Amino acid sequence: MSGPTNADNAKATSDAAQAEKVTGESDANAPVKGAVPEGESAPDRGTEAGSKTGSATPVSTASTDAAEDRAETEQVEQGETAVATTQRDTEVLRVQHGMFGVKGSGDTSGYGGLSRVIDFPAAGQPPYGGWWDEVHERMTALSPNSSDIIEKVVVHRGEITFHVVRSQLATLARHLRDDPHLRFEFCSSVSGVHYPGDAGRELHAVYHLQSMTYNRRIRLEVSVPDADPHIPSVVPTYPGADWHERETYDMFGIVFDGHPALTRILMPDDWPGHPQRKDYPLGGIDVEYHGASVPPPDQRRTYS
Amino acid sequence: MSATTTGPFAEGKAQFDPAEAVEDPFQAGPGEGPGAAEGHVYTVTGQDWDTIADDQAERGDERIVVNMGPQHPSTHGVLRLILEMEGESVTEARCGIGYLHTGIEKNMEFRSWTQGVTFCTRMDYLSPFSQETSYCLGVERLLDIEDQIPERASVIRVMMLELNRISSHLVCLATGGMEIGALTVMTIGFREREMVLDVFEAITGLRMNHAYIRPGGVAQDLPQGGLAKVKDLVAWMRKHLPEYAAFCNENPIFKGRLVGVGELDLAGCLALGVTGPPLRATGYDWDLRKKQPYCGYETYDFDVQTWDTPDAYGRFRIRVNEMWESLKIVEQCVERLERTEGQPVMVADNKIAWPAQLAVGSDGMGNSNEHIRHIMGQSMEALIHHFKLVTEGFRVPPGQAYVPVESPRGELGAHVVSDGGTRPFRAHFRDPSFSNLQAMPALCEGSMVSDVVVAVASLDPVMGGVDR
Repeated sequence: MSGPTNADNAKATSDAAQAEKVTGESDANAPVKGAVPEGESAPDRGTEAGSKTGSATPVSTASTDAAEDRAETEQVEQGETAVATTQRDTEVLRVQHGMFGVKGSGDTSGYGGLSRVIDFPAAGQPPYGGWWDEVHERMTALSPNSSDIIEKVVVHRGEITFHVVRSQLATLARHLRDDPHLRFEFCSSVSGVHYPGDAGRELHAVYHLQSMTYNRRIRLEVSVPDADPHIPSVVPTYPGADWHERETYDMFGIVFDGHPALTRILMPDDWPGHPQRKDYPLGGIDVEYHGASVPPPDQRRTYS
Repeated sequence: MSATTTGPFAEGKAQFDPAEAVEDPFQAGPGEGPGAAEGHVYTVTGQDWDTIADDQAERGDERIVVNMGPQHPSTHGVLRLILEMEGESVTEARCGIGYLHTGIEKNMEFRSWTQGVTFCTRMDYLSPFSQETSYCLGVERLLDIEDQIPERASVIRVMMLELNRISSHLVCLATGGMEIGALTVMTIGFREREMVLDVFEAITGLRMNHAYIRPGGVAQDLPQGGLAKVKDLVAWMRKHLPEYAAFCNENPIFKGRLVGVGELDLAGCLALGVTGPPLRATGYDWDLRKKQPYCGYETYDFDVQTWDTPDAYGRFRIRVNEMWESLKIVEQCVERLERTEGQPVMVADNKIAWPAQLAVGSDGMGNSNEHIRHIMGQSMEALIHHFKLVTEGFRVPPGQAYVPVESPRGELGAHVVSDGGTRPFRAHFRDPSFSNLQAMPALCEGSMVSDVVVAVASLDPVMGGVDR
C-alpha cells in the first residue's frame, strides 16, 4: 500500500465532496438497522440445489468431506471457551486428516494419522502500524460502542480486515464514506464467501473499500448465520454496490435489507438454490474416451 | 408473466401456430385481467417494420418498451438492454445480464490453484492477462512470495499486460466504430489487433485464453525470436496508430456521434463504481498502475491519460492515447528483457514452480524432451515431484487477498480466499465491465436511442467478464 500523495489529495477531496452531493440524495432510502425485509423475494432456503440438477447426482466426495469437517470443526469449537462465538482469536476453518484426500481405505501411506487444525489468520491488536491505526481509531471514535461493532481486526499479508456486526454496517459505511478522516468514497466490490464449517456465521459478505483521497484500501467482513442471512444494504451509501449485492444474493442467498431491487442478476429468475454455496453441487457428467472414463471435477479426489 | 395467459400457448395448446404468432401471439385482449396492463406487444420477425410502424402510428401511443438484445450486433455480445422510449428518446433504460454466465468462479473451486488461471483467463476474453495477473498476484500474496518473483517474470507480465491493453482498446475502437458505421475503423482495428494476437500466439502458444501468467511467474520464457516479433509489432504500431487519430479525431461525423454523448461526471463515476477510461475522462488521473503499483509499474516511465470532457469522445481519445503510452512501456520492457536474457521466469521454490517445461515438438507443441528424459529416465524423485505438483498442486496458507490491477476497462481485482488447501476456497472477480455497466442508465436515459449504442460502446463492456 502506498501512502497518500499530496498532489492528489486536494483534487480528490474536492471530487469526493462532489460525490457526496450525488450519493447523499439517496439518504431517504437508508435502511432501518436490523429491518425486516419487505417484499424481497425470500431466499430459496427450502429449495435444494440438487433438485434442479436432478439426475440423482451421487454425493461428491468433496461434500462428504465438508460435512465431516464441519462436524469436526464444531467439536473443536465446543472444546474452546464458551465466548468463542463472538470473540475468538483464530477462526478454525477445518481439521485435516491424512495427506492425500483418501478416506475409507487402509492407511497405505503412513500419513493417515496426521491431523492438522487449519485456522484463519488471527485477530490482531493495536497498534497495527501506519495508517491502519488512524483508520481504526477514527472508526472507533465515530461509533459510540465500537467494541460491539468491530468484532475483530485482522491484519494479514499487508491487508487489513475489519470484521463488523451487521446491525451497524449501514451506519458504519456512511461514516467510512463521509468522514473527512476516512473518505472511503469508492466501494470496489462486494463478494460472498460460504464457510459451512463456521457454525453460526456460515455466510460472509466481504466489502472492499477504496479511499481515493488517501489512497488506502480496507476490507469489511460481515458474517451471518445461514438460518438468518440478512445484512443491511450499503447501496444507499454506495450506489455502485447495487449489482454486487444482487450477485451476492444470487450466488449465496444473502438478503441485503434495504436494497432497492434485490433480484437475481446472473442466474435465471426462477433458478432454485444459490450456486456458489458449498452445498450446491458443481454438476457434470463422466467423460469417456477410448473406454476410459474421467469423473466430473467435483467427484475427483480432493487433496485439501 | 401475464402474457402467457393468452395467446397460442394458453389453454393447453401444445403446437406452435405460425399464423397466430405473426399476428401477435402475446397480445393481451382488451381488459383481460392483469395482462392488459402490459400494453400491446409486437413480435418482430424481420422485414415487417412498415407494418409495425403503421400499426403503432394508428395506435397513437408513443411510449414503447424495446428489448434491445440479447442478440444484437451493437450490444457487445449478449447484453440485453430494456429501453422505455417516448418516440425516439429513451426515458428509462435497464440492463439484463447473465446470458453468458458460465460459473467460472464456481469451477475454480474444483481445480488446483494453477489450473485456476486457465479458468479466469476466459472471463474477460479481450484482456485475459489482466485476470491472470490479478489472480496470480493474489495467490502470490497468500503464499507470501511476492518479493520472490523474478524480475524477468514481472517484466514479461508487464509487457503482456500492455500489449493486451493495446489489443483490447483496438477492439473497443473497432467495434465502437462499426456500430456507428465507421467500418474502416473496424477493419483497421481488427487488422492491428491480429498483429498483437500473433505475438501472443508466438509467446504463449495461444491467441486468446493464454493461461500464461502462473502463480510464481510465467509459464515459460520467451521463445527464440520472441523479442524480435515484439519489436516488429511496436514498429508496426508506431506506423499505424496515427491512422486512428487521422480517421477520427477531427472527423465531423465521428465527433457528431460521440461528443456530448453518454456523459458521466466524476461524482457519478465514484458513486456508481466506474473506473478506467470513463473515470479518467472526467479529468481525474486515477490509474492503479501509478496509484498502487504492481509488477514493478512504478519503475516504468509513462503518463496517465486524462481528458476534460467526460463523454464518449473523451473516452475514445483516452483509449487512443493510452495505446501510445502502452507502446512506451512495451519498449522499456523489451530493453529490460534484452538485459535479463536467460534469467529465471518462475519463482525458485520448486514446491510452487510448475515442473513441466514446454518445447515445440514436431507437432507444434509438447513437453520438453529434456524434462521428460529427466523424470522418466534419470530421477524417480523428480517424477514423483512432477506428478504430485501437477495432480495435487501446492497448498496455499489460509487467508484472503485482494490485489487489484488496472485492466483496459478499469479496476480488476481478484478476491482470493484460501482454506489452506490445494484449491481456491473462493475466487471472486471484481470485473470492471460489471461495475461500469451499472452506469448504463445514467449514461443513456434522456438521450436518443441511437446514442445508447454509442454510450454503451464507450463503456466497452465485455460480457464474458460481466457474467463470468
